[in-house]
Amino acid sequence: MVCESWKERLDIYLDGELPDEEMRTFDAHVRNCPSCSADALSRVQFRRAIHLAGKRFTPSAEFRNRIQQSIASKPRRAFRLGWMLAAAAAVVLVVGTLTSTYRGNRSDRDQVFSEIADLHVATLASASPVDVISTDRHTVKPWFQGKIPFAFNLPELQNSEFSLLGGRMTYLEQTPGAHLIYDVRKHHISVFVFQERSLPARLTDSSLKPAKLSFNMETWSQGGLRYFVIGDASAVDIDSLARLFKTAS
Amino acid sequence: MDVSGANLQLDSFEELAIPLFDRLYNFAHWLTQNRDEAEDLVRETYVKALKGFSSFQLGTNFRAWIYCILRNTFLTSRKGLKARMTVPIDFDEEEEGPESAIERDTPETLLLARSGHELLQKAIDELPLHFREILLLCEVEEMSYQEISDTLAVPIGTVMSRLSRARQTLRNQLRPQLQQEAGLRILRGTNHGL
Repeated sequence: MVCESWKERLDIYLDGELPDEEMRTFDAHVRNCPSCSADALSRVQFRRAIHLAGKRFTPSAEFRNRIQQSIASKPRRAFRLGWMLAAAAAVVLVVGTLTSTYRGNRSDRDQVFSEIADLHVATLASASPVDVISTDRHTVKPWFQGKIPFAFNLPELQNSEFSLLGGRMTYLEQTPGAHLIYDVRKHHISVFVFQERSLPARLTDSSLKPAKLSFNMETWSQGGLRYFVIGDASAVDIDSLARLFKTAS
Repeated sequence: MDVSGANLQLDSFEELAIPLFDRLYNFAHWLTQNRDEAEDLVRETYVKALKGFSSFQLGTNFRAWIYCILRNTFLTSRKGLKARMTVPIDFDEEEEGPESAIERDTPETLLLARSGHELLQKAIDELPLHFREILLLCEVEEMSYQEISDTLAVPIGTVMSRLSRARQTLRNQLRPQLQQEAGLRILRGTNHGL
């Protein structure tokens, strides 16, 4: 067996745990060896199946609340002295009027990101994150026909580090949309696509930027559609995937 | 300044621990194979982690730290002790021939994708604890070898060999079931793609 020595280390290669130099050598070999590339593909499919099957159990909402309450930090008072509180109250009257609009907008913004982040997290935590399991965009895109009231393009991923895992239907504020899940170096990224005119105005503000979010996110409008790209991957990866979508649309 | 050190600590713990809640629960349920026991395990893990948080060094790997607490808590439970009893003492020292690690499963993998998750979930459930936990940490939690090594408190070499054997055992467990499933599909005439 010519490739036996390679195959012994194939799992370590796929886990991304080989030293950089060896990783590059392996990349080159797998690309040129039909036997090793077929084996690698088979193993990747097997792992993907384990990954999806392994996300099996979801805690109940009641249990989640109990745990969250048990470790939630208590609200802190900003001022200790009574006269400072009185002074602050007076200031609030003046400043409150000036800032209410800003706070309102920020609150709306944060809510948008929370909703998108919730959709992303809830899907990844579910036992069946995707309804159409395929790495082929020509399989995933037609699956949405008749399920959502618009069409969209999926980018070509050859020569990129992204891979498509599949898709599912989703809803944001009662608006149907497409939810696609991509993988990049073991990070999952969600791409949401909605018809812009169907979404409430607060969700279609182009200046939307997350105020404080543990995920990276990009959103833009193109061809009457609103796109959200979110995940725990680096901002560079989120931006790269967003650019692929912008080019494809 | 009225912000106490304790409050700061609580804030940090909350920020680090809450995002891991769903994943910790999933892992706990796989270990205990029971919802109530999984909830108890997660609750106890959070209590222990909060209590011992002062010993955790911020900036180091919190995920490995809290998974380690969860696993140790499980291993000292009645079910955990029982599961440990079934592990052969020298299970990590067994040599594995290279051939066993390079078998291809293309037809099985294809069928696996079609058969949903049930067969796979059942097979993972039936894995011995030491294989089940390492497979979940790697494939589901997507931990690096170093993180797994920290969580299980074993050397990286052991992580690699145990992981390889866990994958192989899972394949071996699935093979007869998948072959049976494939046979049934052929009989039903629903196996056009294979």
